Parts: sequence; C-alpha cells; structure tokens
Amino acid sequence: MKIKRFSGGLHPPEHKSTAARAIEQCSLPDELVIPLAQHIGAPAEPCVVIGDTVAKGQLIAQPRGFVSVPIHASSSGVVTAVEPRLHPMGRPLLAIVIKPDGRDAWPDGLEGGMNPLLVNPLTLPPSRLRDMVCNAGVVGLGGATFPTHVKLSPPGGKKIDTLILNGVECEPYLTADHRLMLEETGRVLAGIDILRRILGVERVCIGIEENKPDAIAVMRDACVRRDIEVIALKVMYPQGAEKQLILAVTGRQTPSGGLPMDVGVVVQNVGTAAAVADAIIHGRPLVERIATITGPALVEPKNLRIRIGTSLRHLVAECGGLREEVVKVIMGGPMMGQTQLSLDVPAIRGTSGLLLLGKNAVATRSEGPCIRCARCVSVCPARLLPTTISAYARRDMIAEAERFNALDCIECGCCAYSCPARIPLVQSIRQVKGAILAKRRLS
Amino acid sequence: MTEQYYLSSSPHMHSGATTDKVMRDVIYALLPACLTAVWFFGLAALTTLLLCVASCLVAEAACLKLQGRAQTPLADGSAVLTGLLLALNLPAAAPWWLAVLGGGVAIVIGKQVYGGLGYNLFNPALVARVVLLISFPIQMTSWTAPLSSASGVDAVTMATPLGEWKTAVMLTGKLPAVQSADYLNYLTGNMAGCLGEVSAVAVLIGAAYLFWRRIITWHIPLTFVVTVAVLTGIFWLVDPTRYPDPLLHLLTGGLLLGAFFMATDMVTSPVSSTGMIIFGFGCGLITVLIRLFGGYPEGVSFAILLMNAATPLIDRYTPPRKFGAVGEGGR
Repeated sequence: MKIKRFSGGLHPPEHKSTAARAIEQCSLPDELVIPLAQHIGAPAEPCVVIGDTVAKGQLIAQPRGFVSVPIHASSSGVVTAVEPRLHPMGRPLLAIVIKPDGRDAWPDGLEGGMNPLLVNPLTLPPSRLRDMVCNAGVVGLGGATFPTHVKLSPPGGKKIDTLILNGVECEPYLTADHRLMLEETGRVLAGIDILRRILGVERVCIGIEENKPDAIAVMRDACVRRDIEVIALKVMYPQGAEKQLILAVTGRQTPSGGLPMDVGVVVQNVGTAAAVADAIIHGRPLVERIATITGPALVEPKNLRIRIGTSLRHLVAECGGLREEVVKVIMGGPMMGQTQLSLDVPAIRGTSGLLLLGKNAVATRSEGPCIRCARCVSVCPARLLPTTISAYARRDMIAEAERFNALDCIECGCCAYSCPARIPLVQSIRQVKGAILAKRRLS
Repeated sequence: MTEQYYLSSSPHMHSGATTDKVMRDVIYALLPACLTAVWFFGLAALTTLLLCVASCLVAEAACLKLQGRAQTPLADGSAVLTGLLLALNLPAAAPWWLAVLGGGVAIVIGKQVYGGLGYNLFNPALVARVVLLISFPIQMTSWTAPLSSASGVDAVTMATPLGEWKTAVMLTGKLPAVQSADYLNYLTGNMAGCLGEVSAVAVLIGAAYLFWRRIITWHIPLTFVVTVAVLTGIFWLVDPTRYPDPLLHLLTGGLLLGAFFMATDMVTSPVSSTGMIIFGFGCGLITVLIRLFGGYPEGVSFAILLMNAATPLIDRYTPPRKFGAVGEGGR
C-alpha cells in the first residue's frame, strides 16, 4: 500500500534518551493539587468540601455539561483545600487539594484498583460503554485532553468507518507512549477492542513513527490475530497531528474547519485506549498517567507513572533532582509544550511530559528582518503562508490575516522552528487567531 | 516563589538556521565562479571583486549610520554577497570607479532606500548592473579576452559569443560559424564576458552546493533554464541559420548565473512553489524575447528585474492550497 504523507513538516533532533527507560511508579507526594480544569470543555464542579476523607478513585468533582468529565481523587487522604492554585495554563484556577494519608487505598469493592467486570465488555451495548468511559473521566491523553466520550459519540449523520490509534509521538524528548506500547501492550489492545465495539468500525489502524521499530514489532505481533493494521510512518513532525495522521494513514484530507468524523475517522491516542481499558474492565477512573520527565538539566530522566495532581517539583525530585540551573520548564514536548511559571504547578491529565532546559538549551538570538527564504512556507503542514499571516498579525491587520487562513494554523511551530531570521511566526499567528475568534464572538 | 523561569510560547526548539548562515552559504557557492574569473582574467578580476565587496560594505555602513541604526546588520553577509554578485556581473576590464559606483548604487538605490535587507523589491546587484549598463554602455560592454587566449598580451578586446552572434545577424542576416571546440570554452569559461557568466561549470558547482544546503529549490532555476532551452530550441529548429542552438543560449551570457544565483534571490522572488514556477517561466520568456528580438544581446538582468517587479503580484495570486480545502468526503 502506498502511504500518503502530509506535505510540509520537518525532522527536529529526536533527543529520545528515555526511550529505553522502563516506566517507573512515581512515589506519593505530600500534597496532591487536582485542578478542576483539566480537559477541554467546561471545568468540573467540586462535590467534596474541606475536611472530607476521600479514597483513591473517589469522585471529587462532577462534570458540567456534555463536553466535561468528572474528576477523581488520585490517592486516599483528606481534602485540605478547595481554592485557586497555580494551573499549568499560567494562572490560578480552582483546585481540590488532598493531603494523602499514605495508604493509597481504593474504595471498597475496588481493591488494588481492580474490580473485574464479570461479563465480557464486548457484549455490553456501546451506549453503556460510552457512559462508563465518561464516568471514569477519560480524556485524550495525547495532550489535547478532549473528553473521550464526546469523540465516541458521532452525530447520527456521520458514518465512522475507521479508528486510528495515535502512537506516533512525534515530539522530541517524549517517550511515554513508546514505553506504554512496549510494556503495556495488553492494556492498549484491550482498549482498542472496546473503542472498536463502541464505534462499530471495521478498520482499525495504529500509526507509529518508524523511529520506534521495537514498538512497531511488538504491536504487530500482538495485532496479528486481531485484524488491526500497524502502520509504520515516516519520521516527520507533526505526524501526530490528528489531520496529518489521518491523511498519512487513509489518504483522506479532513476539510478545513471540519473534524475527523467528517471523513469517517476517529483518532485516539494509545494512552487513551489504555485508560479506556482500565475504565471498562476494572472500573478504574483516570487518576494517573504515564509521562516522560526529561531534559538536559535533569540528573536522571525517566518515564514515570504519575498521579494526577503531583507537583512538578516532586517529579523533578523523583528523577534525582537537577544537575544545572533550569531556565525553562516546559509541560509537554519542546515543539508544542507550554512553559511554566513554577515547579509548584501540578501535573494534569494532559501532562505528557515535563522538559527542563538549562541555559545552553535556550536559544536567545534577536530577531531579524524576513528575507523571504520561504522555509516557513515549505514546512507548513497546513499549507499556509506563515510569514504573510504573521506580518499582518503583527500589524493588527486581523481581517487580512483571516483572509490568509490564519484559523487553519495548527500551531505546530514548524515555521518558527525553521525561520533563519528568528521571527516568532507561530506565536504571532496564535495571537491573531485569538483576535479573529474574539471578533467573531462579538459580531 | 524563588525561581524565575523563562516564559515563551512554543516552539522551544530551533533549527539553528540564521540569516547570516544562509548568506554565507550563498557566498561559498559563489567562490568557484570567483576563482575561475580570477583564473581567466587575472588581477583585473580580483581587483573588481574586492572593490565591489568593499564599496558595498562601506555603502551599507554609511547608510546604517545615516539612519542611526546599529552596525550589526553589517555582519549578516548580505552586503558582501551583493558585492560579489555585482562583480560577477561586470566585465573584467571594468574601470575601478565603475566597480565602486556600482557597489554604492546596489546598496543605496537597490537596497537601503527600501528599508534594508528583506525589504528591497529588486535584486540590488542587478539594479546596479542595469544602472551602469544604461549610464556607461561603453565601459560595460568592453570585453577583454581571457588571459589564455590573449597569449600574454593585456587587454585584447573581444566580443561575447552572444554579442558576436547579434552583430553578425544584424549585419549579414546569418549566424557566425561556431566550432565545437568553442562549446568547451563556453563550458569552462574561456571566453569573453562578465566575470561570473563565463564559466558554466563553476556556476553549476556552486549551484550544486546551494541545492545540497537546501538554500534554493529547483523551481525557479529549472523552469528558467528549461523555458529558455525550449523557446530558443523552437526558433533554432525553424531557422538554424539565424538562431543559435539552445546549448549556446544556455552556456553563454549570464543565463546560468542568473538562473541559479540572481533569480533565486529569496528576498525578491515568490515564496510559494507555484509562484516560483511562474517566476522562472517569466524570467525565461523575457530573456528569450530580449535575446532574439531586443536591442541587447543579453536579457537575463532585465528579465529578472521585470519579474522582481511582478513578485508581489505573483505572491498575491499563488498562495498554496491550504490543507483541507477539499470537497465532501475529503477526497
């Protein structure tokens, strides 16, 4: 089969030094700060008060609306505060603070987080499975944290024929999905079976970048009798972007402004599939995730299984602390991750990685004039003219920026990465996108 | 909170590319052409090269000073590059003042009046070349023979192959005879002409470097060269006694230098691949029209400048087709 590749993109240095580091369990921190906003959509609403004793996995906040999911305690302990705390978004937002009692105890009937379902999950009706996914608070763990049950509820008119599992992990430094596929293949596959059942699709594919040959081999072996295609993809950032992945795997181009379901596809991250398996088979809510804690400033980079709400400071300590002064703290990967104000920020469901950079790794070079070298144009996977949009954006010419399709920018950062004049292209496009949307809301 | 961290929006990595590295790569790519020019035209070529580079640097520094801007842009290599390109567009016998004046015109009129690097509409070296060609036609078309064919005698004058052809056709209505040995000379650069236009091999070596370093793409140079080859080929097939064959057109005049180094100037050429193809085709078409029907034997400079003027228009009408601009079903 000829695999179509998206146009544009680039191949930054991989820095995947943790690729061979097996997943370790992160120790219990002194305090868990669980923000109520940790998925795209309406933040959850707290249903505990200060002083309440909670068990691990107990519901502590309820969803508000369809595009929202509940939140659960990630360890057992006492609720010590329900107050605004610094959020990875960069400002204080309401969070539930739990002081763990050290027992890490699940509620009765969920011993060790296991409550084996007595029936074969694949015999349950899809709607029931979907509710269970929602109740377990499962969101997209690739980083975008879109509530999973919403993606699994295509509107009546949309026929879904393909499920794509995203095991691409194209961001440099990150290896959490890679390790997950290698070490917890069974969880991922069980999740895929359930997702397939919910969507009722025939075709299931797993896309993995070619730079993870061991993961490709392991998944291929495991998928032999399951009628799941494992597709090796060219190593090319941003291959893991949903629409680019769909194009590479199916040859279908998701329309501008449209959703994957418009071309009959649902994409789920492999980590999300594993969380779905936990939710259905064990009745275990999403209270932890796997993340890569890495960066040249760290003594011992690791892949850790972390409880939601663990502070970044605790994660750093878990990795042996720092070997040099850190100047930049990034949640997520270096291409799309968000810089953090402080290490006191908690890890949330969307925390796929933590990257700590020292002085040497932070480029400081002043910006020059655009020499129209067109590198940004040739690397843009959305096929836009980043230099043009950015020039308009920086002159506050919002209508012109919109006319040049600023809203189609996927913010992958390829343009700014490759600009020899060091113009903050994607940064200014991101801003103008906000301005365009604000203007639309007004009118 | 004790620690203070850098805040910035993603990406947090960079390719390491810089404007001065890009400029430096183009300068390296021009070195074979510079060396062959010195080989064939000796000290005169070296003097012209140095004078052009020096006058460009001085003009750039003066402009920055006048504008009260920092002198740091001087180090970006763009002025040196303009100087080299200008020198390669001058005849070996160019008097010193022509080179110095050219450097000043290139930087002041070709570049700084527009706002400096990145803002100029026209290729600065070509602006200077055309200004000089129009103002000092005699000095600009006094060609010396290369040293090897001049047998030690300095400053033997000789027409360029294209000039020779043009004169012959105008006087006699017929092409002069071209020996196959001449083609070898055209290829290596053993002929009269501008410093950089004489050696096709040197230009192509430099061009290969530019491709390898991914400074240029095939779009502009290939369409330019192919357009010239096809169009001149048609005329040659129709009347080989009046029109020289495409190979002569490709190897002589500034065609290769223009196609690989001047038309591909990033600042003054389109940014999308479709735009680049249109640009290359336009350059080729205008070059052929001037060469075959115009008053000048050579038309590359005018062709590129005219297409430079069209670049904003081309850019406007050739944005790439955005991702997802598809019909129902995404196919």
